Amino acid sequence: MEAFIEAWTARHGARRDGLLPLLHALQEEAGYLDDALVPAIANALNLSRADVHGVITFYHDFRRTMPGRHVVKLCRAESCQARGGAEVETQAVRRLGVAMGETRADGQVTLDPVYCLGLCAIGPNALVDGRPVARIDAAALERIAAEVAA
Amino acid sequence: MTRVFVSRDMASVALGADDVARAFAQAGCEVVRTGSRGLFSIEPLVEVETDEGRIGYGPVGPGEVAAVLDGSHANRLGKVEALPFFASQQRFTFARCGIIDPLSLSDYAAHGGWRGLEAARAQAPQQVVDAVKASGLRGRGGAGFPTGIKWQTVLDAPSATKYIVCNADEGDSGTFADRMLMEGDPFCLIEGMAIAAHAVGAGHGYIYIRSEYPFACSTMRAAIEASAHLVAPFTLEVREGAGAYVCGEETALLDSIEGKRGQVRAKPPLPALQGLFGQPTVINNVLSLAAVPLILSKGAEAYAAVGFGRSRGTMPVQLAGNVKHGGLYEIGFGITLGELVNDIGGGTASGRPVRAVQVGGPLGAYFPPSMFHLPFDYEAFAQAGGLIGHAGITVFDDSIDMAHMARFAMEFCAAESCGKCTPCRIGSTRGVEILDRIIAARAPSVMPAQAGISSSQEQRDPSLRWDDGGLGKALYSRSPDRIDVSIDAQTSLLRDLANTMKYGSLCALGGFTPYPVLSALDHFPEDFGAPAPAKEAAE
Repeated sequence: MEAFIEAWTARHGARRDGLLPLLHALQEEAGYLDDALVPAIANALNLSRADVHGVITFYHDFRRTMPGRHVVKLCRAESCQARGGAEVETQAVRRLGVAMGETRADGQVTLDPVYCLGLCAIGPNALVDGRPVARIDAAALERIAAEVAA
Repeated sequence: MTRVFVSRDMASVALGADDVARAFAQAGCEVVRTGSRGLFSIEPLVEVETDEGRIGYGPVGPGEVAAVLDGSHANRLGKVEALPFFASQQRFTFARCGIIDPLSLSDYAAHGGWRGLEAARAQAPQQVVDAVKASGLRGRGGAGFPTGIKWQTVLDAPSATKYIVCNADEGDSGTFADRMLMEGDPFCLIEGMAIAAHAVGAGHGYIYIRSEYPFACSTMRAAIEASAHLVAPFTLEVREGAGAYVCGEETALLDSIEGKRGQVRAKPPLPALQGLFGQPTVINNVLSLAAVPLILSKGAEAYAAVGFGRSRGTMPVQLAGNVKHGGLYEIGFGITLGELVNDIGGGTASGRPVRAVQVGGPLGAYFPPSMFHLPFDYEAFAQAGGLIGHAGITVFDDSIDMAHMARFAMEFCAAESCGKCTPCRIGSTRGVEILDRIIAARAPSVMPAQAGISSSQEQRDPSLRWDDGGLGKALYSRSPDRIDVSIDAQTSLLRDLANTMKYGSLCALGGFTPYPVLSALDHFPEDFGAPAPAKEAAE
């Protein structure tokens, strides 16, 4: 990954404000941000390791462990709650066999909370591997569960 | 070859628009992907080009191509713009959304695009700022600060480097207007930012889009590339957020662009004077910037002619949650809350009575139907103890438990607090604990919320106690055993805490979280173990 960081800074410059774009790019590449990468990132952008660690841990999007092969982001915000989101959340936890914010032991699926996808009149909503899904009910959960089993 | 129009908006795609578009393409149709018209109960919507104009059908499934093409489909809607939901709107900002191909420069130009920028570039910067002032445009992000005055401050600030920043970190639940505009008419936002750049003398702009909006990010990036030659020498780039709600606060957003933790800055200095990288910066919401092209092309008077009191122009209202006809409804200020929820929205989707609406996202107040006479206006809402915010209205039916919603407001604030100021960082967690005690006391069988129980068990755990001397006594003096957990005591403690958060927080996250909490407590006391208000009981 050190080579990736070098190539990235060669193309985009080694400025401080490149930190978030670099972290996004690294996570896209490797799936998560390994703590072992922090010194290389800090070095590349001339920041302290504490600074880089502070930024990674501030933002919900950045992961420090490998996510499951499939990622389901289920909305917990008010508009989805108004449409039965809490019940869907309970069912999703049971059906997928993983707690909110966790990765299943077999590494097959990660269930993450998300606070609003901007699809607020057709909830409850989720992003399944980046694909938006609306009006989630028991049948939709079955389809999602089948999809992430693959 | 028959031309059909199918939306590529994230909401339409979530409802299956991609499959529908593919089916029409396979049937030999020319499929134009547009933004969304904004009424989700008719999505996926297919519009077929005919001699009489575009005829809409919706919702349409992928197996129903033939019925749409021969006109026999049961969900034939006729001309979409003639439907009551659309005919009664005043579409200023969203005039093109759902009609044009969002990434077609020729479509944009044919529908009045770039005329505002041409008009602006024919004028001196001060004249452009004067026009925005005269229009009465106020910040659509929620604060309602006059846009023209903000621009004047940046214009007057002496600096060789200035920035235009668009706040597209639309994190409020119940809002999706920014997303729809960026996906459905991205050149409109670019034109607005180019006008702002000309008005204040800025050379570069950033659009900070939340990562939860992948479609908006890619559409804006493509639109920036396609229109670069038209807005030059002004340049633009997209910056993607990373899931922090607080970055919707303008100074936290600036820190995030700079590559830092998205923590709120103390004001002053104002971002208009020392904003991004310490330089004078215009930072406006998507809808504020997207309103500007029309103000320049049609004139400030045309914009200001619509509205109510000191709220001029139109507001793209978003009807969300448990509502039958949810979607985007752009209308001049002054329409009442009841008209929006009952007449336009058609009441709840579940068919049960409306119990509450939350206006303005997670930091907005909950209102009962007895307040549906309120006109949509910044001042009227402020007077009623609420806010318009980004004009999202989330509808709840009578199955909602308002104490749980108040607890959720505190829980959300605790999860999203940037941690810089104490009232927000600590107050929100204490708020969750108080609401857990109220919920436990009002009906022990209802919901023993996990967080509250586990933390109090920890404190009761003898192994965690210091039994020697004064320190242990001091630490233990606030243990649950010693607190008056009666509903009255906890409710007054909650009000006291809300007051501290409201006046002591650095930004709107901690400062406005009391709005949903206190409005729930004031308007729905029966959910907090207190008697129902006499007025509601009489109804």
